[in-house]
Amino acid sequence: MALYSEKVMDHFRHPRNVGVIEDADGVGEVGNAKCGDIMKMYLKIEDGIVVDVKFETFGCGSAIASSSMATELIKGKPVEEARKLTNKAVAEALDGLPDYKMHCSVLAQEAIEAALEDYESKK
Amino acid sequence: MIYADNAATTAMSEAAISRMTELIRDTYGNPSSLYSFGQKAKEVLEQAREDVAAVIGAEPREILFTSGGSEADNQAIISAARIGEKSGKKHIVSSAFEHHAVLHTLNKLAKEGFEITLLDVHEDGIIRPEEVDKSIRNDTCLVTIMYANNEIGTIQDIKAIGAVCKARGVLFHTDAVQAVGHLKIDVKEENIDLLSASAHKFHGPKGVGFLYARKGIRLTNLIEGGAQEKGKRAGTENVPGIAAMAAALKEAYAAIDVNTAHLVPIRDRIIAGLGEIPHSALNGDAASRLPGNINYCFEGIEGESLLLLLDDKGIAASSGSACTSGSLDPSHVLLAIGRVHDVAHGSLRLSIGEDITEEDADYIISSVKEVVEYLRGFSPVWRDLVAGKGSFIL
Ligand SMILES: Cc1ncc(COP(=O)(O)O)c(C=O)c1O
Repeated sequence: MALYSEKVMDHFRHPRNVGVIEDADGVGEVGNAKCGDIMKMYLKIEDGIVVDVKFETFGCGSAIASSSMATELIKGKPVEEARKLTNKAVAEALDGLPDYKMHCSVLAQEAIEAALEDYESKK
Repeated sequence: MIYADNAATTAMSEAAISRMTELIRDTYGNPSSLYSFGQKAKEVLEQAREDVAAVIGAEPREILFTSGGSEADNQAIISAARIGEKSGKKHIVSSAFEHHAVLHTLNKLAKEGFEITLLDVHEDGIIRPEEVDKSIRNDTCLVTIMYANNEIGTIQDIKAIGAVCKARGVLFHTDAVQAVGHLKIDVKEENIDLLSASAHKFHGPKGVGFLYARKGIRLTNLIEGGAQEKGKRAGTENVPGIAAMAAALKEAYAAIDVNTAHLVPIRDRIIAGLGEIPHSALNGDAASRLPGNINYCFEGIEGESLLLLLDDKGIAASSGSACTSGSLDPSHVLLAIGRVHDVAHGSLRLSIGEDITEEDADYIISSVKEVVEYLRGFSPVWRDLVAGKGSFIL
């Protein structure tokens, strides 16, 4: 049996929305290098819509795949909806994660929450 | 596929495979049975004992067959502890980067009231014999130090450590799982009292190993039952596995010089090639090192994603990152040589085998370079370091 689902491997091998947004409206960074996972999310928001999102991740395969999937799930969505993204939704969209890797999906949720908070605080 | 994880396990040699299959089919008798068909299996078993003993300079009766390296480590340490206990000696000296088969056994003894001193392995992964000497007390019953480390490949000065133990009258055990079949070992010359080995690290089968115990050392059973192995290890002997181990070991031993001459230049070529990656560092001493071991840390990336991408390129390797161990902490070996968590997560172990070619080495170098650069390309840690926020560790 493979370690990860096909979906996870696809997002790991071909991560969507990788990179930075220089003039981002909200930036969130969570995790720390000591634990081995850091995610950074950049949001571009226009008229209450997440028009663009990019990420950078230091971490394992499931951390990279979770960040990638999370960006796909909120891109083009209203801020209200992005705010409701759960780690469960990220993991489900990836066809599941091994139990001990669920924290990667939590990190993805938290990175988006942090970026949205940053956006709100700047408004 | 380029299989570069020989420290995890090795492919069985043709000699071992044919010996094993032949015996499974034709020599299935129980060595304890008195009819000739059983005694034939007994002969095979005792021939294997002689062959294994000869390779490490031991006597056949000093070899006890086990289910592998872990069992041999457990039995060696527990036996020495029980011997020590009788005369009130409940202190054991070991090192911080031993295999868990050793460390967890020591933890168990610590819960029983034994005191354990774990020696510093220094930044180069080399234990200083004079520090072993200093750590020995009147109540020390055992020194257990691994011959060669399974992650960073560093080889200890076992002869010098053995001499210290002999001079101080303390039993000396070495976990030689990574060394047997790869380095020349002479238990008498190196003053080794107890030594553990495992067949699957030298092209033998999994689940078979042996414990050498110098004659006169009373072993404690881990498994109770029948009188096999002079009553020290119950259970009908795994005759095909044991004989296949002996076949693999004889072959590996005969080829040590040839293999070393082939592997060392290729190992050093890979070490030099990966050294060109900026902000990387070799783990463990470059010279006193197993012929097939390369272990690097790369700053700004995480090891599991590195392994998965190398797998896509057809390279099988391993890492000491937390994500590959299923725990939150990276390898205790890397922490023991002073690597901080941040960089220990970005480690790569390549343990090459005798079939490696120079072309394979160059392919490994270019692949690792490419993957490290790719992962750094979207690592927020790397971005901050390059931007001057925080300073490089490596
Ligand atoms: C240094 C060392 N000791 C002990 C062991 C355990 O050996 P085995 O897998 O045969 O139980 C290993 C291998 O995993 C090892 O590398």
